[in-house]
Amino acid sequence: MLGFYLLMLLGPNGMVGRALAAMGWAALPFTFKGLVVASMLYSLPFVVQPLHNAFEAVGRRPLEVAACLGAGPLDRFFTVALPLALPGVVTAAVLGFAHTVGEFGVVLMIGGNIPGQTRVLSMRIYDHVQAGEYHQANVLSLCLLAVSFAALLAMSLLRTRRPARD
Amino acid sequence: MTEAAHGLHARLGWRRGALAFDVDLTLPAQGITALFGPSGAGKTSCLRAIAGLERDAVGRVNFGQAVWQDTERRVFIPPHRRRIGYVFQEPGLFTHRTVAGNLDFGFRRAGRPAHLDRDGLVERFGLNALLDRRVDTLSGGERQRVSMVRALLSDPALLLFDEPLSALDGTARTDLLGCLESLHASLRVPMIYVSHNVEEVARLADHLVLMDAGHVVAQGSLQDTLIRLDLPPTLGEAVGAVIEGQVVDYDAHDQLIQLAFPGGKLWLPYRHEQVGQRLRCRIGARDVVVARVPQVGTSALNQLPCRIVAVADADHPSQVLVQLDAGGSLLLARITRRSWHALGLAPGSDAWAQVKAVALGI
Repeated sequence: MLGFYLLMLLGPNGMVGRALAAMGWAALPFTFKGLVVASMLYSLPFVVQPLHNAFEAVGRRPLEVAACLGAGPLDRFFTVALPLALPGVVTAAVLGFAHTVGEFGVVLMIGGNIPGQTRVLSMRIYDHVQAGEYHQANVLSLCLLAVSFAALLAMSLLRTRRPARD
Repeated sequence: MTEAAHGLHARLGWRRGALAFDVDLTLPAQGITALFGPSGAGKTSCLRAIAGLERDAVGRVNFGQAVWQDTERRVFIPPHRRRIGYVFQEPGLFTHRTVAGNLDFGFRRAGRPAHLDRDGLVERFGLNALLDRRVDTLSGGERQRVSMVRALLSDPALLLFDEPLSALDGTARTDLLGCLESLHASLRVPMIYVSHNVEEVARLADHLVLMDAGHVVAQGSLQDTLIRLDLPPTLGEAVGAVIEGQVVDYDAHDQLIQLAFPGGKLWLPYRHEQVGQRLRCRIGARDVVVARVPQVGTSALNQLPCRIVAVADADHPSQVLVQLDAGGSLLLARITRRSWHALGLAPGSDAWAQVKAVALGI
């Protein structure tokens, strides 16, 4: 669904596509850039939510303290809010990555499975299965599983270390 | 009023639920002003509004020549440009920085001014050995000391301390109160000190602002204000005299010191004071006994000849507050109405004030 509407929007006849073309930008569908934009939109909720929680947990007080010590708004964000929310930022990044790496539908719609450009791991697995090459599909699937698992493991390790970091 | 012109003037109003706050404050440019009152009187809100942390407060705040807030003229200087040193009730240290990192946060942003003696302050507040420590390994008292030095190092023009000792007890509290007392003598900028503890206020403050139910009910010098007879009943326990004098004698055998003040001399418990030093002493209205003639055979060590100045109803119908003049120093006594009548006292009559030495242990 998301892939389809993105294709409509970003395509040469879509609103965004036309606006981009008017600015002299290349069309996004069926390019690597387009794939990145679509994946970002697709995983956004999984990144925004942990980020929101992390910054909310920092609370108002450290920022008030920083303000009273002469730190302006940008200064406060980079020297107080961001470092205090760092574990949450890492969590968001890992979740976003893990969520994106196995995605299929949006990637196929926008990317189009073009070899050397937009053929991602999940596409490749699909191709192998279609061609009956179950062994190759199996190896690639295991690779994907290992990467996702490693990412989640790294995150949970970071979580358990968190009380010591705070 | 040139002094007032360079101090703080705040006329602010705001609401918290059903409670409307309306504060009109004029503070001198020097010394410690205590913002004193019962819990829920609006002391902390008031301090936050002065700092610019309560964005919905409307009115005017002037500090010296500077206008910090003027709602009518749409002026609002944000907190980070007000040059304030705020110490919150809980220390609010940055957990991602070491003790030194916390201290230098404001110091660096103030441009490491040469007139601030960082090492001296670190030494005075006993933080030398803690500089490389992580803040989550510190005790409550240590955290609050870091928080205070951090505020002092940010080169503030006005210090705002919000009940910094209320979360501490025992030795940590006594030590820190001692630190603050020594700071008082060397302080070059004014400080507003919020507290609901009259003992802290009596030891630290020069000027007093009494708050109750969101309003300022009295303000003036510490001594003159705490001795007033028209204070609201919620401040009942706090009223009394604060006298300042010089330690003139030390009785090592009985562990007592003698304090000479304009109204006479008082014995009080020895607490490492030096003969010759200045000392403040609070005489609570509850700790004063009134007699017509000097007593013999009493355990009260101190008896001062007085003249009765005025009498007023106390918060309880059985009691009255009596204002006494002991050689120029005013004292306050809380006695029963029955005793007042039994003694046949009236304003102008002579009397004796008895004060137990053990009641004078600040």
